[in-house]
Amino acid sequence: MKKTGLIMVIVTGILLIAGTTEFPDWADPNSPASSHVSPYYILKAIDDTAVPNVVSAVLADYRGYDTMFETAVIFAAGLACFFLLRQFNRKRAKTKMYRHVPTGIIIDIDEGGKLPEENSNFERIDSQWTPYDLIIKTTCRIIIPFIQVFALYVIIHGHHSPGGGFQGGVILGATIILFAISHDLRTTIKRLSEKMASVFSSMGVFLFAATGMLCLLLGSVYLDYSALSDLLGTDPVMARSHGILIIEIGVGLSVMAVMIWLYYNLSSAGKHNEGL
Amino acid sequence: MEEITALLVSRYNYWAFIVLMMVGLYGMIAKNNLVKKIIGMNIFQTAIILFYVSIGAKKDATIPIIEHGHHGEEVVIKAVDYINPLPHVLMLTAIVVSVATLGVALALAIRVYRQYNTLEENEIKSQLSEE
Repeated sequence: MKKTGLIMVIVTGILLIAGTTEFPDWADPNSPASSHVSPYYILKAIDDTAVPNVVSAVLADYRGYDTMFETAVIFAAGLACFFLLRQFNRKRAKTKMYRHVPTGIIIDIDEGGKLPEENSNFERIDSQWTPYDLIIKTTCRIIIPFIQVFALYVIIHGHHSPGGGFQGGVILGATIILFAISHDLRTTIKRLSEKMASVFSSMGVFLFAATGMLCLLLGSVYLDYSALSDLLGTDPVMARSHGILIIEIGVGLSVMAVMIWLYYNLSSAGKHNEGL
Repeated sequence: MEEITALLVSRYNYWAFIVLMMVGLYGMIAKNNLVKKIIGMNIFQTAIILFYVSIGAKKDATIPIIEHGHHGEEVVIKAVDYINPLPHVLMLTAIVVSVATLGVALALAIRVYRQYNTLEENEIKSQLSEE
């Protein structure tokens, strides 16, 4: 199997390399990909949408349908992961393990025993060897708010600089995942529950679809944000710019929530215990 | 010799992506472990993403953020000055979707492991034929 696989792969690779001789040169300005629809986007983006970042303009306006269904695909992936992995009626462990943080002593508490209070020095753990690292925890706690502010900047400033909903949403999701890695999954779920993650992810898709629907109700075509000009009190071109911002926020919300949701279910195999 | 050098210089980016793509394809075909197959799929996707991004490149062009006057002055826009934004848009969504599909694939792998207690393909096959 390995040998046939290798031969097949090498033959395919040689065929593909032979095919590249027909390709345009690298970075050729007159290549077919750069000479049909893309000059239109570059020349007209500012006049049509008042958004200088052409990538944002194309993503949320010219190709709005594509982006909407991509967001729906991401939401569906989050849902699929939830339905595949989540375990609700698992057997509860008879004894619960707690670690006394300052001394590192681990105690087992039998069923019916008195559990330590919240916010005390005790920390619930699941496996006998769970590392505790003060330096990593403290560093992550300090650094996470700054990353989150940067993520919000990436979403909001996506019109004028590289950025947008997808990138900002991924950075926001990564901060929560960083928190979950540096602390443990149980603490993270206490801060941002799975329910919130699922609500956020569907809310993002809903925000996107509802904006399109609103344009339809205001007498234009689906996802034509210029119809929102009366509602927003601006001219139609500026209304497109604001419409793109609303869409980017919806995308960012959805992407963030799905990244977190996927992590919750994958890292603990659907059990939602202490995780990785 | 001159011609071969010219060909190499003008096309080596595509060749690099093809090599990367074949690494991923080999992983998908020849590896026995399901997680390794999934990672092979991800390498394949990465090669395609790089390929698209390199299609968008133009010589002496900058990122597709249009220069604009803040106080109404006219700025001449030329399409050759900005790289092609379309491949970037397509790959922007493709990257996030590839992460989401990777998540679903890993979830399926976890389910398979729960059912058969192994991720090796031949062991799963032998367990299936025993039933």
